[in-house]
Amino acid sequence: MIPTDWYIFLGSGLFIIGVVGVLTRRNVLIILMSIELILNAVNINLVALSQHFRAVDGQVFAIFVITDAAAEAAVGLGLIIALFRNKETVNADEIDLLKW
Amino acid sequence: MLLTYFAFGILSVIALASGVMVITRRNAVHSVIWLIVALFAVGGVYLLQQAEFLFAVQIILYVGGIMVLFLFVVMLVNIDVALKQAQFSRQWLLGVLTAALLAVLLAYVVYNHGQGLNLPAQPLVSMRQGNTQAIGQALYQNYMLPVEIASLLLLVAMVGAVIMAKRKFE
Repeated sequence: MIPTDWYIFLGSGLFIIGVVGVLTRRNVLIILMSIELILNAVNINLVALSQHFRAVDGQVFAIFVITDAAAEAAVGLGLIIALFRNKETVNADEIDLLKW
Repeated sequence: MLLTYFAFGILSVIALASGVMVITRRNAVHSVIWLIVALFAVGGVYLLQQAEFLFAVQIILYVGGIMVLFLFVVMLVNIDVALKQAQFSRQWLLGVLTAALLAVLLAYVVYNHGQGLNLPAQPLVSMRQGNTQAIGQALYQNYMLPVEIASLLLLVAMVGAVIMAKRKFE
């Protein structure tokens, strides 16, 4: 059987890719998609450790993470639509109303 | 047994490669398509670990629900101007350095701290009851309160999304 380490490495790799996306992209939509990648990386780890310890709790937590992802996507996309309507831009570095 | 390793390798290569494609594409619609590919690959990884219920949830909820929502908003918001602008922020080098630091930290914690991540391979014995049954019992017995809180969260998110996307407050 596949060692649990391998799943954790896959999760770490996906997590790092998501972090790079969040930190470097300008487009707010792609930043949100990178957050989805990060949440999926966490889910891989949860499911792997749940199978490792023979407990179903990890998978239950993964379901809660997916619920959160749905809520976050709905609110985030609503924010993006409101933002686009007011500022005509989807670039994260042009949203600087709070900048000193 | 060899087939399992083969499937894991294919799935992880697909997941990582399409993850990279998600964060490098210029057109946001292409990013959504690649993200769908990545989500399918992650679903395959769930299936490999006998988490069939999560696989179904991943396909129905993520690919069928969230990504369609993303696609709608991308097409609503997508402007041709954004395609011609610089795609990466000015601090991209700093961002990549930070992520590299995080990668080093993760590798250090996993391998050099204590005796490292010492997780031997264990054979997957399927639980006596089915996967879906086990998750359902856990959700409605041990995790009753969290389920209720999650439903409240979804309600708040729904109201919040409507309020946010409304034309103006009145």
